[in-house]
Amino acid sequence: MALSTEEVLSGLAELVNDETGIATDTIALDKSFTDDLDIDSISMMTIVVNAEEKFDVKIPDEDVANLKTVGDAVNYIVKAAA
Amino acid sequence: MTRPTLHESTGAMHSRIYAVGAARGDLTVTNDDIAGPIESSDEWIRQRTGVVTRKRASASRTVVDMAVEAANEAITKAGIRPDQIDAVLVSTISNPVATPSLAALVAERVGANPAPAYDISAACAGYTYGIAQADSFIRSGLAHYVLVIGAEKLSDFAKPSDRTISFLLGDGAGAAVVGPSDFPGISKTVWGSDGSKWDAVGMDHSWAEYRDGHGDVEWPTLRQEGQTVFRWAVWEMAKVAKRALDEAGITSDQLAAFVPHQANMRIIDEFAKQLALPESVMIARDIETTGNTSAASIPLATHRLLAEHPELSGGLALQIGFGAGLVFGAQVVVLP
Repeated sequence: MALSTEEVLSGLAELVNDETGIATDTIALDKSFTDDLDIDSISMMTIVVNAEEKFDVKIPDEDVANLKTVGDAVNYIVKAAA
Repeated sequence: MTRPTLHESTGAMHSRIYAVGAARGDLTVTNDDIAGPIESSDEWIRQRTGVVTRKRASASRTVVDMAVEAANEAITKAGIRPDQIDAVLVSTISNPVATPSLAALVAERVGANPAPAYDISAACAGYTYGIAQADSFIRSGLAHYVLVIGAEKLSDFAKPSDRTISFLLGDGAGAAVVGPSDFPGISKTVWGSDGSKWDAVGMDHSWAEYRDGHGDVEWPTLRQEGQTVFRWAVWEMAKVAKRALDEAGITSDQLAAFVPHQANMRIIDEFAKQLALPESVMIARDIETTGNTSAASIPLATHRLLAEHPELSGGLALQIGFGAGLVFGAQVVVLP
């Protein structure tokens, strides 16, 4: 099922909020998970697994390290869901 | 020629854990004590692991010493004599020699000689493997009383500058006496392995590499791929835990306690969330002051739960071990 960038960003922001409490309106495409949002590796994996379920995609462990920014993750999910 | 019919062993109808014993490292190591080499802080370690202090053993306190101390407590509390023990199973990854086994020495020192004795190499799942074997031995008639121990001195295999696992590690031993029972006290074990993730957690290099490294290769120590292990330990192990409940024929609201391997508080918390355990279920969180003691963690956590909440005795506990291999084991037991 094709998903738009906006749909994925919105859904991902909810998942980040659920895990970390960070306000959804501060979660933008250019934000770094570690440097800007201060999300550690364990929270990142929780978000990844929840994103897999929410968007019905697979994000292998070896790809998680490449998801540096929210935009990286959104693009990955949009492509994986296409 | 007529083939004679062989005699077979026949065992008890059921088995259960009679008692548990515990021994921890004699040193309390704070996060501040170990934060320097990993350029970290007390806050960073607490936030990522839930560990506030860990117990480690001084040089003179060996893994055998801790195993024997835990075993003696379990034997005494079980109300049996050591010479009634028919098998001694020690799960460990920190026996400082490849052979002979830790178990044979423990059997000798607790007075269980000449009981069969051997080590189990199933890392953090090892205690659950031992309980599975003890249950099977007793119900098949191979043994009447089995001493199951998880014993680790992981500080011998921790690297101060490692940021993946070393700062979590603690030292200790937990023991259980398992024997025949009038009621089912150990459910069918759900266990298995996934060698496709053999590299996810374990030693950073082999003894042979150390030997041939001419001083350029450091003493082998533990390390892990944290994210891979975390994903597997929570979401895959939640499925295993649910299967163990199904095999036991119970639902989570019938549990008195949940005793997962004390790997990391974040794993324990997320695991409990995935299982949607009711608030009535006590969750073991011994890692906070003991650290991750691999095979010893489940019996140590059980021992603490029973000491702090004696009313749990006789209740049902779901215990699940998981770790290097990767390997896992889970069963529901009646708490002694």
